[in-house]
Amino acid sequence: MNSIANKVFAVFIAAGLSVAVLAAEDPILDKRVMEVATELRCLVCQNQTLADSNAGLAVDLRNQIREQLARGASEREVLDFMVARYGDFVLYRPPLKASTWLLWFGPFALLILGIYLLIRRIGRQRSARPELTEAERLRAEQLLKE
Amino acid sequence: MRVAWVGIIFIALVSLLAVGLRLNPREVPSPLIGKPAPHFELPVLQQPDKTFSEKDLQGKVWIFNVWASWCVACRDEHPVLVEFSKSGAAPLVGLNYKDQRDDALAWLKRFGDPYRFSAFDLDGRIGIDYGVYGVPETYVIDKRGVIRYKRIGPVTGELVKQKLVPLVNELNRE
Repeated sequence: MNSIANKVFAVFIAAGLSVAVLAAEDPILDKRVMEVATELRCLVCQNQTLADSNAGLAVDLRNQIREQLARGASEREVLDFMVARYGDFVLYRPPLKASTWLLWFGPFALLILGIYLLIRRIGRQRSARPELTEAERLRAEQLLKE
Repeated sequence: MRVAWVGIIFIALVSLLAVGLRLNPREVPSPLIGKPAPHFELPVLQQPDKTFSEKDLQGKVWIFNVWASWCVACRDEHPVLVEFSKSGAAPLVGLNYKDQRDDALAWLKRFGDPYRFSAFDLDGRIGIDYGVYGVPETYVIDKRGVIRYKRIGPVTGELVKQKLVPLVNELNRE
């Protein structure tokens, strides 16, 4: 009885070890895969990165990243591979080019426009405020004294 | 004057949002349009010992449709494809994507098989090369083997009439 329990225990230990070995197979590679995956959008669940998503396609693409990195491809090459298939949209940081100028500079253009309108408005208010005449100034002084 | 400005800005914002809401975020423009169809060589679903490559159809305008038995939208699309294949406008080839062979064959038996044949992409590797992310997807490939059009999502009868058939006719004249 005791020996059976021991055997069962040994099997559990062995299974636990093999899982641990699998997970820690190559921590550096795992880290690189995750780094690349956080740069990429999961197209099935568009507001998640490939690293966060558990959609079937995301798993496939993470495996694809892992394979390519293991084969010696650079991070850049892996990103290019994805862009060639899924377009710039897969990148969480879109590249700077003619079609994305508005995206990159639009907010700054709006900020500058806002500052310009604000300055103009303040200037106008200041000049619109009438100076007190001498009589008014005296009257104000009198009122303050009372 | 001021009221007019506020009105103009308001209308501009509303129309911007109206256009934005109508865009479909699922329809990501494919970078593959105008590029040669990625090369593959896959077993044929019905005859595992035979293979099919995109090169086998060089010189023809053909339609490449990605489908799977687990894909619900494919079921909606299927009658349209059956109808299209009857018209004989262009060869229709399937890419059976991440499916089980038995399931796929049973599905075709039940709903009809519009495909000349289907290539069997078990692990979805070729799907990745074609930028597949939302099955069903449909490609129109010209005589030189260049992808000329991609549809993400189900093909409708309207799309066949207004886009696919005219495009196939046009490409056949090239």
